[in-house]
Amino acid sequence: MNITVENLTKQYGSQKAIDSISFDVKPGEILGFLGPNGAGKTTTMKIITCFMAPSDGDVKVGEFSIHDNQEQIKKQIGYLPENNPLYYEMPVLEYLDFVAELQGVEKSKIKNRIVEMVHLTGLNEEKHKKIGELSKGYRQRVGLAQAMIHDPEVLILDEPTTGLDPNQIIEIRKLIRELGREKTVVLSTHILPEVEATCDRILIINKGKIVADGTPDTLRKQAQGEEILKVQIAEAQNRDELISSIQNLESVGMVDPVVDQAGSYIVQSKEGKSSRRPIFQLCVQKNWILTEMTPIETKLEDIFRDLTIE
Amino acid sequence: MNKIWTIATKELRTFFDSLTAYILIVVFLGLSGFFTWLSGSDIFFIGQATLQPFFSVAYWTLFFFTPALTMRMIAEENKTGTIELLLTKSVSDWEVIVGKFIACLLLIIIALALTLPYYISIWSMGPVDHGAVWCGYLGLILMSMAFISIGLFASSISNNQIVAFLLALFIGVFFLIIFQVLAGDFTGIIGEIFDYLTINNHFESISRGVIDSRDIIYFLSISFLGLVLAETALSKRNIVD
Repeated sequence: MNITVENLTKQYGSQKAIDSISFDVKPGEILGFLGPNGAGKTTTMKIITCFMAPSDGDVKVGEFSIHDNQEQIKKQIGYLPENNPLYYEMPVLEYLDFVAELQGVEKSKIKNRIVEMVHLTGLNEEKHKKIGELSKGYRQRVGLAQAMIHDPEVLILDEPTTGLDPNQIIEIRKLIRELGREKTVVLSTHILPEVEATCDRILIINKGKIVADGTPDTLRKQAQGEEILKVQIAEAQNRDELISSIQNLESVGMVDPVVDQAGSYIVQSKEGKSSRRPIFQLCVQKNWILTEMTPIETKLEDIFRDLTIE
Repeated sequence: MNKIWTIATKELRTFFDSLTAYILIVVFLGLSGFFTWLSGSDIFFIGQATLQPFFSVAYWTLFFFTPALTMRMIAEENKTGTIELLLTKSVSDWEVIVGKFIACLLLIIIALALTLPYYISIWSMGPVDHGAVWCGYLGLILMSMAFISIGLFASSISNNQIVAFLLALFIGVFFLIIFQVLAGDFTGIIGEIFDYLTINNHFESISRGVIDSRDIIYFLSISFLGLVLAETALSKRNIVD
C-alpha cells in the first residue's frame, strides 16, 4: 500500500512544525525518517496515523485519504508511537488481545496471532506479567507486538529500537527488514547507523522541510563532490619530495600528511577527477611501495550535520 | 458496536484489577447502608416499608461516587499518552467515549444490584410498593448516566485526575443545587428553565413511581450532551494542539 504525502503542513500557533512536505513511500520500501529533535518527524507520523489533523495538505494511504476514511486507514496501519505509551496495569496477553479486537482481527485468528507475536518479539517468558512490571526493552517489544498484531500493510515506527539491548536491536532490525519486503515501512530514528542498516531510502527533514531524499548511496554521492583518498606509502625516504610530486599530478588538488601516522597522506582530487591511477603510476615509476589506497566516503553523520546545522 | 463492547469490557476489567471497583463499591454500600439503616432519619424512623430513604441517600452518594469513577477515564490516557495508542486503532472517538461510558454505567449497575438485599429485607417487613422501588432504581440509573457523561466530559478536557474529579463535582453542583436556588430567585420563563434544569425535580417524581417521558428525556439529553462534548474535546486535538 502506497503512502502519498502531499503538501502537508501543520501549524502550532505561529510556528510551522512541518511546512508543505511531500513524499511517497511504496510497498517493499523502508523509509528512514531522520532529523534533529523538533524537526517534525513525530508530527508527520501522527498525521499519517490519523491522530492529528494537518493544517493543510493531504495524506493518502492506498486510495484512502486521512480526511475521509480514517477508520480504513487506521486498520491498515500498525503504529508504534514515540515513548511507547502502554496500559501498565494490563497483562501482556490481555493487552494484545484487546488491541487485536480493536483492530478487527477475526475472533478465531486472534489466539494464533497473539502466539505468533509473542514468539516473534521474544515475550514468551513475560507474557503473563503486567506491562508495568516489564523492563523498558520488554515494553518496547510489547509496543512492536501490538503494532504488528493485525498484520498491517503499513508500519509506522517512531524510534523502534530505543531501550533495546544490542542483540535485540539486531533482531528487531532484521525483523523490520523482513517486514519491509512486502510492506510499507516508515521509521524515524536519530541513530544513524540504524538507518544505514535498515532503510532503503532516507528522508532528512529539518525545521519542517525536507532537506534530502534518496538512498544512502545517492545521498553520499551528492554530499561528497571531490574524491578523497587515503594513501599510505611505505619507506619513502624523502617526505617533501613525495608530497610535492603527488601535488604535481594533474588531477590532485591537495595533499595533507596524516598527523599521527607516518607515511599516510590524505589526497583530495580536483573536482570531477580521479587520482587513483596517476598515484599508482607515480609510485611504480618512482619505485615507491604503495601499501594502502582507500577512498574515504562521506559518512552519513557528516551529511546529516551539513544539512541540519546552519 | 463490537468495538464499543471491547473498550467497555477492558475498562471494566481495569476497574476490578486495580481495586478501584471494590473500594468504590464498599464505600458506596457502606455510606448508603449506614444512612439507610442506622442513622437518624432511617427506614425505621419513617416506619413504612419503603426504600425512599435509600434513594435519597444514594442520590448523594452517587453524586460523589461517579466523578471518582470517571475522573481517570480520559484524563489518565491524556497524561500517559495512551490516548494516542487508542485513537490510532481502528476505532472512532465516539466509540471510545461510549465504551468508557458503558463501563462506568455497568459498574454503577453492579453497585446498585448489590443493594437489592435492602429491597428484599424491606419486602419481608411489610407491603412494598414494588413499582415505586423499580422506578427508584431506574431513577438512580438515569441520574448516574447524566453524572457519568458530565464526568467523562470533565475528564476529557484535563490530564489531571483531581482536576477532572473537582470539575465534575462543580458541574454536578449546578444541576443539584445551584439551578434550584436560582429557580427560586427568578420568576417567569427564566425561573421555569432553572426549575427544569434541576436534577432533583426529575429524580423525585421518578423515585415516587411516576414515569414521565419529560424526565427521561431530561436525563438522556444531559447524558448525550455530555458525551458529545467529551467527543468534541477529544477531537479538538485535530484543531488546536
